[in-house]
Amino acid sequence: MQETNQSMQVEKFYYDNKIVKAFGYATVIFGIVGMIVGLWAAIQMYYPAISLNLAPTTFGRLRPLHTNAIIFAFVGNASFAGIYYSLQRLCKARMWSDKLSWIHFWGWQLIIVAAAITLPLGLNNGAEYAELIWPIDIAIALVWIIFGINMFGTIIKRREKHLYVAIWFYIATWVTVALLHIVRSIELPYSATGSYSWYAGVQDALVQWWYGHNAVAFFLTTPVLGLMYYFLPKAANRPVYSYRLSIIHFWSLIFIYIWAGPHHLLYTALPDWAQSLGVVFSIMLIMPSWGGMLNGLFTLRGAWDKVREDPVLKFMVVAITCYGMATFEGPLLSLKSVNAISHFSDWTIGHVHIGGLGWNGFMAFAILYYMIPKMWGTSLYSKKLATNHFWLGTIGIIIYAVPLYWAGFEQSLMWKQFTPEGQLKFDFMQTVTNIKYMYVARSVGGTLYLIGAFIMVYNLYKTIAKGTFIPNEAAEAAPIVKAVTQKKEYWHRVIERKPLTMLVLSLILVAIGGLVQMIPTFLVKSNVPTIASVKPYTPLELQGRDIYVREGCHTCHSQMIRPFRDEVARYGEYSKAGEFVYDHPFQWGSKRTGPDLAREGADKNKRPDSWHYTHMYDPRLTSPGSIMPRYIWLLDDKLDISTTAAKIRAMRKLGVPYPKDYDKIANVDLMKQADSIAGNLKKDKIETSSDREIIALIAYMQRLGRDIQGEPKPISEKK
Amino acid sequence: MKFINYLEKVSGVDIIGLISLTIFFLFFVVMLTWVFKTKKKDFIEVSNIPLDNQH
Repeated sequence: MQETNQSMQVEKFYYDNKIVKAFGYATVIFGIVGMIVGLWAAIQMYYPAISLNLAPTTFGRLRPLHTNAIIFAFVGNASFAGIYYSLQRLCKARMWSDKLSWIHFWGWQLIIVAAAITLPLGLNNGAEYAELIWPIDIAIALVWIIFGINMFGTIIKRREKHLYVAIWFYIATWVTVALLHIVRSIELPYSATGSYSWYAGVQDALVQWWYGHNAVAFFLTTPVLGLMYYFLPKAANRPVYSYRLSIIHFWSLIFIYIWAGPHHLLYTALPDWAQSLGVVFSIMLIMPSWGGMLNGLFTLRGAWDKVREDPVLKFMVVAITCYGMATFEGPLLSLKSVNAISHFSDWTIGHVHIGGLGWNGFMAFAILYYMIPKMWGTSLYSKKLATNHFWLGTIGIIIYAVPLYWAGFEQSLMWKQFTPEGQLKFDFMQTVTNIKYMYVARSVGGTLYLIGAFIMVYNLYKTIAKGTFIPNEAAEAAPIVKAVTQKKEYWHRVIERKPLTMLVLSLILVAIGGLVQMIPTFLVKSNVPTIASVKPYTPLELQGRDIYVREGCHTCHSQMIRPFRDEVARYGEYSKAGEFVYDHPFQWGSKRTGPDLAREGADKNKRPDSWHYTHMYDPRLTSPGSIMPRYIWLLDDKLDISTTAAKIRAMRKLGVPYPKDYDKIANVDLMKQADSIAGNLKKDKIETSSDREIIALIAYMQRLGRDIQGEPKPISEKK
Repeated sequence: MKFINYLEKVSGVDIIGLISLTIFFLFFVVMLTWVFKTKKKDFIEVSNIPLDNQH
């Protein structure tokens, strides 16, 4: 080793703090915006008029704006800030390319701005957490690749031999998010902004929740765990409790997580074996998750006195505790018996906000409170204000989540109650009005949390004002020397030092779970039994369906009747896989703020066209007590039929059996059907032109659930 | 672009289940062997990387 020592010359270099600062500012700005939008949407749940009766600000459009802003803008920017800060220091190297850092930064912010414009305009493709239109999807992929090149470039030129566990989490994040994004975004464009998912019905649902679940895993969990493994030891000034546990945590988490997606589809038309697989892996997931939580909390053993003093640690302790709570609750909610109650209810919203507000939000606040004083060469302006922020946030989380747990449980039990005579005890509206005050409480909790965030903004502003920013932080370290090692190294040490091997191994591991579930669902015929009477949508219905997607109706209405006594009694025959074969994208939904619509047009539930017309004009005229927004513009806006032909052609390419050249005459059929609906409305004394959007939406509503109502029951699913 | 159901039913593809179980089992065996055969001293060294207060 003598030669090695001789060549060890210490190199001087600088950490790039400017890029961290930029991502940090973006975190704060978009965090506040995302939270305000969330609060706005939350108030609409009991005071619908606050939608202002404007299309861009109705719940169905604000909700995706809120989720995208929080996930991709707030947590995304916070993760990038933390990654750019910690990766440089863990690699003892400046980022590989400043230029790529800035392309990543501005590219990501442009994507966010594009999302903030398109989502309120109703431009979305109807897949939860993947709503953005196809040109933005492409931009995301490109920016993500830039980020990856820069990250791997930095890792390769590092001066530290070993890859610390935080970097493993970053690598897994990068590779898995790339995989998820690409597979979920495969879609067929029919215009500059519109596209249809490549998958239909059950298959689309499987891909969606494989994506949705793992977006939580690999966008909201693994990068933040990486941050935890770096910033917690830094803040506590002691190494992580067990590095061995962190390795087990990492590998088992990424391996198991990817299988658990189908727990979002329990009791739906997804094949039973896939549901069971999802449940089993979800239960197993508790072990790596809690391994990580305990590893975090035990790091503070003997240092709890520091928690009393240091706001950064305070935030981290609650963040990690919330991680533990959410990952304990997740497996419980995956049990079929619990899921039967929790699914479609506010319970889910409470659950995700323990993760969002507690784990992600508090971790983001913690690293901002840690990094900003360090990068400005000063100390935090006021620990007292940070502590106030901490308490407001913590109390806010409790006041947010507890009422929603209560509301979810109560409403779900009310749905399921029968009178001694065997009738449903409550109509749907009663179950909604009953929990309105819980929604009020929830928005109070959210407000407290938001006030806390504003206090942070002030505190950070004052901290920045009293310090001087260090754009390039000097550091020095010796380069890695390719030493000829004398003794044989244990093989894992080799893997651990090779980032690309790590990348490939992570990719293989996460691909396994997805493939095991997707291959049979796509290839095995018996998984999606065909039903002869299910026919493609008429052109008018298709246009109506696209309006349904545009308005985000699925954010409040499910289209999936589970095989429960109460749901069959309330909505009709339970949903079958074969009913959705032409649904690009599927619209099963994940929340039932309003009733299920899967059989809205079936004879059992049929309402006159005029009812739908009046209901869209003002839901409270037909359904007193309703919390649905008004959709006045649908009554006035003209349906754009110039897209019909392109839409039919796209559907044909996706395998929907419209006759050849049908696209050329589709609008003739469309007008015929529209005139007939306008005629029906006229009979009920509603004068409207047949070319309005409302007509298409009514056509779609009236079609829902009609296909199989003539079928003998139960439909035998031939194995 | 169409998805075609190539196989008639899931019972014919039991092998997928078996392969999955084998991969699952092997994964944990390999990982745990790796983790528990590594010396604690090596872990201590690596876990101190973030605390290298030099920078």
